[in-house]
Amino acid sequence: MKMKAIVTVTLKPSILDPQGEAVAHALQNMGVKGVQSVRIGKHIELEIEGGDEKALRAKLEEISKELLSNPVMENFHLDLRAGG
Amino acid sequence: MRFAVIQFPGSNCDQDCVHALQVLGQEARLVWHQETKIDPEEGVILPGGFSYGDYLRCGAIARFSPIMPAVKAAAERGQVVVGICNGFQILCEAGLLPGALTRNEGLHFRCEKAYLRVETPASPFTSHYVTGETLTIPIAHGEGCYRASPEILQELEAQQRVLFRYCNAEGQVVPEANPNGSSHNIAGICNAQRNVLGMMPHPERCCEVEMGGTDGRGILLGAAGIGRKI
Repeated sequence: MKMKAIVTVTLKPSILDPQGEAVAHALQNMGVKGVQSVRIGKHIELEIEGGDEKALRAKLEEISKELLSNPVMENFHLDLRAGG
Repeated sequence: MRFAVIQFPGSNCDQDCVHALQVLGQEARLVWHQETKIDPEEGVILPGGFSYGDYLRCGAIARFSPIMPAVKAAAERGQVVVGICNGFQILCEAGLLPGALTRNEGLHFRCEKAYLRVETPASPFTSHYVTGETLTIPIAHGEGCYRASPEILQELEAQQRVLFRYCNAEGQVVPEANPNGSSHNIAGICNAQRNVLGMMPHPERCCEVEMGGTDGRGILLGAAGIGRKI
């Protein structure tokens, strides 16, 4: 069965996000009020052959830690769902 | 001494490194990233550039290149390994140096001369200098903001592994002299064994008077094991 994994990578809260700050400034210039902060991350979609969900999840965790994110400065969130 | 200058797809300072080393009387050979061997007597340079287009994160993909196990083995054997700019990013991603390099705090790509304070002569790379000496070395990067956990920063400081810090023309390490927001104004660090150097500034770009300066010579000569002439 085909599965879809969505990995969301975000900078850790302690890491300054200058891109997010620039967007927040642009929103102010647009006249948008009330935006407290903007943080920019990455949305990564993987189509992957399913099977044992526990094993698959462990594999994806490993992929996310080893390559998709850098644990020094980033966190990741894994979302696994059916379908391609 | 001979150096292996590693070429990744997207490296663009590889030829500059070869040229600078030759100007300094050293041998240099280009090693394509798909090769797997580094000689036990060679030094290793990971040059600047944009390996793999900086996709995902700077240095994240180069880390998995076939040559990298040989670079790790060379570092473990005590051979000198120098990562400049993108090379520094690759060394951090590969775990040969701690920490990570993130987007410059001011978002700008900074391409200019930077002043660096030498923090200690206790490494091959700084053996030509004295503590507190100010060097002028060019920088050219968009993601050179050094970040590490407070524990790692403390360890780097305690072990005198911060070799270079951004400073002003007077040699003072002040926030205004920091071009990218790096923690502790860090411009270059070494590993605990002191044979692996990572730095964002480009010493290979200032080894000849014609290039506007010679302050980088000592770093590369020191890496080659050549002591300071007194």
